[in-house]
Amino acid sequence: MSEKKKLSENQMFISVLASVVSIIIGLIFGFILLMILNPSKAGIGINAMMTTGFSSLDQFGKVLYQSAPLMLCGLSVGFAFKTGMFNIGATGQYTIGAFCALVGGIAWQLPWWVCLILSFIGGAIWGIFPGLFKALFNVNEVITSIMFNWIGMFLVNLLLANMPIMLASAWGASNSDRTAALSQANPGAIIPKGGLDRLFGNSSWINISVFIAIIVAIICWFILEKTTFGYELKACGFNKEGSRYAGINANRNIVLSMIIAGALSGLGGGLYYLAGTIQYVLEKKTLAMGFNGIPVALLANSNPIGTIFSSLFISYIQVGGSAMQPNFSSESTDIIIAVIIYLAAFALLMRGLIVRIMKGGKSRETAVTENAANVTADKADSMDKDDNKEAKA
Amino acid sequence: MNILANIISLTIVFAVPLMLVALGGMYSEHSGVINLALEGIMVIGALCACFTLQSFDKSGFGPAHPQLSMLIAIIVAAFTGMVFSILLAFAAINLKADQTIGGTALNTFAPAFAVVVTWAVQGQGLTTIQIPSWIRITQANFGLEAGNGFWDMLIFKYFYLTTPIAIVLFFAAWILMYKTKFGLRLRACGEHPQAADSVGINVYRMRYAGVLISGFLGGIGGIAYTIAVGSGFNSSVGGYGFLALAVMIFGNWKPVQILGSAVFFALFKVVAAYNQSIPFLPKFEGMKDQSSLYQMLPYIVTMIVLIFTSKHSQAPKAEGIPYDKGSR
Repeated sequence: MSEKKKLSENQMFISVLASVVSIIIGLIFGFILLMILNPSKAGIGINAMMTTGFSSLDQFGKVLYQSAPLMLCGLSVGFAFKTGMFNIGATGQYTIGAFCALVGGIAWQLPWWVCLILSFIGGAIWGIFPGLFKALFNVNEVITSIMFNWIGMFLVNLLLANMPIMLASAWGASNSDRTAALSQANPGAIIPKGGLDRLFGNSSWINISVFIAIIVAIICWFILEKTTFGYELKACGFNKEGSRYAGINANRNIVLSMIIAGALSGLGGGLYYLAGTIQYVLEKKTLAMGFNGIPVALLANSNPIGTIFSSLFISYIQVGGSAMQPNFSSESTDIIIAVIIYLAAFALLMRGLIVRIMKGGKSRETAVTENAANVTADKADSMDKDDNKEAKA
Repeated sequence: MNILANIISLTIVFAVPLMLVALGGMYSEHSGVINLALEGIMVIGALCACFTLQSFDKSGFGPAHPQLSMLIAIIVAAFTGMVFSILLAFAAINLKADQTIGGTALNTFAPAFAVVVTWAVQGQGLTTIQIPSWIRITQANFGLEAGNGFWDMLIFKYFYLTTPIAIVLFFAAWILMYKTKFGLRLRACGEHPQAADSVGINVYRMRYAGVLISGFLGGIGGIAYTIAVGSGFNSSVGGYGFLALAVMIFGNWKPVQILGSAVFFALFKVVAAYNQSIPFLPKFEGMKDQSSLYQMLPYIVTMIVLIFTSKHSQAPKAEGIPYDKGSR
């Protein structure tokens, strides 16, 4: 492989460009919608969405704080994608993880890092089911995940309602529809701020969770790119039958990748609810955070390092979206996210289109085929990297 | 006895949206497209139908012609559901996109769009669209006297135009699927599109038909759900689109079994809400929030059934795989 590839053949560059184009189209679509709905206020709304995240250190702290659970849910979805699984169950795993962390923190009075380990384990347990059902009974993991999202949500509500010590009413507050505030129940279970609050102008949001998430992202990248296990997982994702032929235990890898994906989502739940600013509310509704892991993973093309940036972006526009009230509902950002997911659904086509535009004048078919060829070449490239290194040496 | 009548009539009114939407999913999956977007389609259908009802209520046309207005609202729901489902069809069929991701996009879009539009139309913070009370079919529509007896409760307590329409659509589905050329061709496209294409069936067109019919039924299901809940539309259908997918799988992709499983799931939903007042249910002493337990059960039962039926699953073989003419 030559060291300098042409820009239009650089797969990483194409992926990033495709994501940026999706984001731009999503934003334009959202803005047009705002213009139609309320032309006089649209400018204010757009301004709020685009600038709030940087408007103050407090708001920027919120962006970082929310990006941590988003990053982990995105890593979870992305990790499953790499093995060819669609983990739409991140929200259930996230809920179970949050529950385990809070039980550790409130009922068992454990320190924060033990609670995080509990959330990790809880999510992993919830991730076993889709993987196991797929491997043993060939049940589509999308269906299992959706079912277990609801089972998890109802189970957590049922358990919390029957654990009086978990509820805010046991700790001096009057409401029993949410878990106790950690500052009341067990300040030791709150994730430390590590001095960041002083750096961020006493922001109540910021803590070290975003750094934990980034470290986890790097570990994921290492597992996927630098270990035999990661190689086997990706091989299963590319071609299950092929990898089986090559002697890889595909079923074992499916289960393992879903356990890891579940654990990542669960840890996300722990990071979010152990910050001490948010209490878990018993609602008959699945949590949106897990679902938002899907656009995070799609924007990053399932790359763990890319997930760091895409989660920051999604978190940024979400913080901006809540500042759009009362002129517009904060759900406006979800519309933009939906457009981004929709565009990601035909990512290959879009990448082919980008390659075509960059090369100029070629027919679409050739561009797409060439792009597909590039993908294969790139995969071969990354797999041969070690050989290359030896050759260079 | 009245509690029994209440439970039966509530079960029916909740089974209606589940069955309609599950039938919609069935058409789509038999054509070969996994329709994960049913939840979103329901939201869009309900949103447009509720706005229609509201405008009829304000103009005075609604109270004067209640059932005609209701019919128009249902048609609006069906039509908008169809239009919305084109987005999925276009991505899944023309662009050969990943169907689950496309469906997820529509599911993300619909509730957000509903909130934003309701907010913009009704003003800040008013996110619930109220449903007028005149849409219910009463004894007066049949020239009967209003009463509170068993049969009055059973039939008229929750009687809306969506129920008879659902019955008609159920029989239509059975006939269309098994007694017409169209049904056979549709199923062929979901089982083996290459073979269907080789005998001159236009796979793309059949898949469009499948997805559009699912949009049609999903839209009606959306307004049927909103009516069943009765407290107005607040940009959500409470996961019924996903529940309908479970109903469809539980019903083995067949209309009659889908009807049965829709009633089964609806019964559990109703029991979850009424478990305190039903005498023969086991009472778990000291357990709080038992409704969560009952609401959880249908999902667990579905999973158990899936384990046992997966070996002989009737799922369309080619569902979820984009059809590419070139790979024939």
